[in-house]
Amino acid sequence: MIDIFDIMGPIMVGPSSSHTAGAVRIGRMARTLLGDEPVKAAVHLHGSFAETGVGHGTNKALIAGLLGLAPDDLDIPNSFELAAERGLAFTIDEADLRDAHPNSVQMELVGRGDGRLSIQACSTGGGRILVNRLDGVDVSFTGDYHTLIVQNMDNKGNLADVTTALSLARVNVANMSLNRSSKGGSVMMIIETDDPVPAYMVELIEKQPGILQVIHYRKES
Amino acid sequence: MNLDSMKEILAAAKRERKEFWEIVLETDMENRGVSRTDSLKKMSEVWHAMREASQLYTGERRSLSGLVGGQGKQMREYAAEKEPIGGDFIAQVIAEALSMGESNACMRRIVAAPTAGACGVMPAVLIPLYWQENIPEEKMLEAMFTASGIGAVIAFRACISGAAGGCQAEIGSASAMAAGALVHLRKGTPEQMCHAVAMALKNLMGLVCDPVAGLVEVPCVKRNVIGAVNAIAAADMALAGIESRIPVDEVIDAMGEVGRRLPVEFRETALGGLAVTPTGRAVKERMASGGRKRRTLTIKDARWKLEKPEETDA
Repeated sequence: MIDIFDIMGPIMVGPSSSHTAGAVRIGRMARTLLGDEPVKAAVHLHGSFAETGVGHGTNKALIAGLLGLAPDDLDIPNSFELAAERGLAFTIDEADLRDAHPNSVQMELVGRGDGRLSIQACSTGGGRILVNRLDGVDVSFTGDYHTLIVQNMDNKGNLADVTTALSLARVNVANMSLNRSSKGGSVMMIIETDDPVPAYMVELIEKQPGILQVIHYRKES
Repeated sequence: MNLDSMKEILAAAKRERKEFWEIVLETDMENRGVSRTDSLKKMSEVWHAMREASQLYTGERRSLSGLVGGQGKQMREYAAEKEPIGGDFIAQVIAEALSMGESNACMRRIVAAPTAGACGVMPAVLIPLYWQENIPEEKMLEAMFTASGIGAVIAFRACISGAAGGCQAEIGSASAMAAGALVHLRKGTPEQMCHAVAMALKNLMGLVCDPVAGLVEVPCVKRNVIGAVNAIAAADMALAGIESRIPVDEVIDAMGEVGRRLPVEFRETALGGLAVTPTGRAVKERMASGGRKRRTLTIKDARWKLEKPEETDA
């Protein structure tokens, strides 16, 4: 079902919903998933992002997103200066990400607390995005829903623990996927929900044995 | 209800004794699970963002490529000093379309309607009319809901992006939305609104997307002008009682078909039309130079990059 505010909107800083607004959203998503103020970022542009990125301000938009700016923030064109002020050191170059969507970017991030994140995402048009890879695991989610990202060891019962917790919190699951790098390795659960997951429940899930990390991405209206 | 057929929305409106825009509003309430007040408030924010974008335009900025900037200001100065051929109102419409397209190219805040590249069409017809006729805000919001509904039907049946269907899908759709909004503001019938949409879309059918250097600048900014002026012509024709011989849903379907059959060179790839003229190619060369380096990325490279932040190329 088409949201009429995707037709009459979004309100955004130009020039391109895919190359600018979508790029800001990818940056913001990466910041949320890192869960910290990024201090180092290596940004690798692929395909059309690499070809026409400078003219579309894709580079500035990605950095703006990493700094937490929204797609309609008039400071997006000044994001490089903002990054210097706020202590984010970054590099931007071009890369050939095999079989990736033309508007793709791969980023390696380090947070203030030394947390790390590797993310590959693409901008699919109209400001919509898709996260394709997280810390080496293939995933697929858009940020159009509240999203719970659970990393755990490949143990029996972890999935049931998480879904039980969601059920207790009366959170309805819209989509979910289970992705693992290898058998017995680390697993990533991506759970898209209609309702936001309460903070206490996120904490509780994180305390379960075998669960390594839980990140909650709240949908932006 | 699903916003997938102009005919069906009109039928539902008749059945429920409501206006077209109310059906669109109620669909939004249902779809997003929000109240009538919330839906109206969000549309009001969009309308204010459009007006603010118009007010903040100075004409001083230049795009990253340097191809675009100052044209809206030039048009306003010309209109103030000389007698524009199309009269003062059309001159204002042209100036507003250029200003908004430029603002988008210069990384200012705009409303994508339906896309960023076509962001100048709706405000170019709505803002001058709003000032000239002193229209109450609630009427403007009704017109915006009308336009959104039209855009939603086009997005469902055909497409609204240059990559999917060429410029006809972006500027053409924006023009159709604007034409419908104008008929609503002039209190035309729902049938007249549909004829205006059909005529606006027909007149721009086949328009290719051929952006120089792949940027939303040339010819995009000026194409907003033709979208806006075409919307006014289509709305005036419909209000005069002139009808589209092909029904609106069929016109939308035809636009979608033309879009799908448009060679990929003419769908935002910058591989055809104006993009590959000698001058277009030269702009691309100029944008591409500047020491770009390309390589295949490995995880090891990425890690190494992180250890060497002093290489920041800000």
